[in-house]
Amino acid sequence: MELFAQQVLNGLVTGSVYSLVALGLTLIYGTMHVPNFAHGQLFMLGAYLAYSATRAGLHYWAALVVAVAGVAVIGVALERLVFRPLRHAPHLNSMIAALGIMLFLEAMAQNIWGEEFRHINSPYGGVVSLFGLLVTSHRLVLLAAAAALMGALLFFLTRTVAGSAIRATAQNPEGALLVGIDTSRVAMVTFAISAALAAFAGVLIAPISLVYPSMGVMITLKAFVIVVLGGMGSVPGALIGGYLLAIAESLGGTYLSATYQDLVAFAVLALIFTFKPTGLFREAV
Amino acid sequence: MIAPIVALAIAALVPLVVRNEYYLQILTQAYVFAISACGLNVILGLAGQLSLAHSAFFGIGAYAVALLATKAGVPFWFGLPAGVLLCSAAGYVIGSICLRSRGHYFAIFTLAVGIIIHLVIQKWESLTHGHIGVIGIPGPGPLGPLTFDSSVARSYLALFFLALTVAATARLMRSPIGRTLMAVRESEALAGAVGLDVMAAKRMAFTISVALAGLAGGLFAGFIGFLGPESANVEMTFNTLLYVMVGGMGSLSGPVAGTFIVYGLSQVLAVLQHYQMVIFGLALVLLIRFMPSGLAGAWRSR
Repeated sequence: MELFAQQVLNGLVTGSVYSLVALGLTLIYGTMHVPNFAHGQLFMLGAYLAYSATRAGLHYWAALVVAVAGVAVIGVALERLVFRPLRHAPHLNSMIAALGIMLFLEAMAQNIWGEEFRHINSPYGGVVSLFGLLVTSHRLVLLAAAAALMGALLFFLTRTVAGSAIRATAQNPEGALLVGIDTSRVAMVTFAISAALAAFAGVLIAPISLVYPSMGVMITLKAFVIVVLGGMGSVPGALIGGYLLAIAESLGGTYLSATYQDLVAFAVLALIFTFKPTGLFREAV
Repeated sequence: MIAPIVALAIAALVPLVVRNEYYLQILTQAYVFAISACGLNVILGLAGQLSLAHSAFFGIGAYAVALLATKAGVPFWFGLPAGVLLCSAAGYVIGSICLRSRGHYFAIFTLAVGIIIHLVIQKWESLTHGHIGVIGIPGPGPLGPLTFDSSVARSYLALFFLALTVAATARLMRSPIGRTLMAVRESEALAGAVGLDVMAAKRMAFTISVALAGLAGGLFAGFIGFLGPESANVEMTFNTLLYVMVGGMGSLSGPVAGTFIVYGLSQVLAVLQHYQMVIFGLALVLLIRFMPSGLAGAWRSR
């Protein structure tokens, strides 16, 4: 029972990260119909920028702000320089561009920071006892911070004018344009938010897992699984799907097979597509 | 009709002039990767479907030749067609399932399939030896009076298969199926609406595409003599994608030219080796942004 609870808790921690990354992916897909294969590399860059910032003497939270802002700027640049000009091109083109960005960012990180694993120290190094379970404080901080950010995002999307504009654009770009929404600005803001979410997740998980150039590859793939599971473009789907996948993986890795733990996610994806070629849900934000 | 014959004649003369062992091996590898690039071009360039499982099939073909030879003593000349057949059969089944998903979904689905195949090759240690890979794979044995032990002979053998591949692709492009595929590429809904059997054509394209990947993989295993799971990983697909993009997707000779330029440069220039993926990634983005139909497109609209 204690093992089970421990694994569920681990699942919740990983799930927070999965959900944040998947949320960004689904937002971009919803508003721009781009499957951003480079999304995990934004997550990776977030972790690296925070690493450099803490090395330069910044506090963990200050480093987080720097990393999130930096990656958001990169996201905006990608939208402006790559995805916007490809808006009216065949869908193949933006996919191939995303793959190119993915390769580029990862190779850049490798050239700048090297192949070695890097580590960020968390200011919350202690261990807390929670209902009989021993948990590092950083994990609790991570859970809380991720939940707070998700809450803020949901509030932004549903309760503010800018958020409504994003949702409107996702539902019907022409309609949104007709009622006077600047869809071009919406695309830019969405990319900034999406990149920021990925970076935030990267900085949160960095003290637990390590920082390395290829850390974004698996998370992108997992995020795609989640987004397909929850519906391409669906915000609640990404939110819940992230936690579900992480808990399933955590339990599967413990009780079934640790060797094939990573295979679980892709098997799930292949199964969904085999029986529902268009994903589980209709696209909606 | 003149241009391909001239190209073939020049290619046939190269090994007589270039006697450097190292360059001959690079040339042979380039022929092999060009076969794989032609395969990707069939599904991507002709049918307009981005398959990210391509190198997984390259791996299946390679491992089929390698394991049949090292575990069952099957000679290369039986292993190679067996590998191609295995790829075609797997491609037919997997294609039938994956192609029901369209556009982005197809790309994501095949990405997952590619990773599953790669992970299985990597983790199924009792069969594939996992990370260690397969060593001591026998190369192609003599065929009648022909022997394939020298680098020159092997480069001619690879060239022969590449010429065959290009001829087959040319034939496919002019066939009714080829026309159907191009219609699908332009608009799948429209092609279906005028009564074309879209699914059958796409499945055919996918099967041919992965059969060529398997052929390239089988040749690769026989020529190199050892094989690791990285031959099947997704990065190989990305490399092949770049070859196709540089040359021009949908064109006949583009993927071959693209492979020669990109693979050749990456082997010869030391700078490229260190910054290979930085440049490859940037090249993909710039190509798709400014030259989406590659060199072939630039040549046509010169």
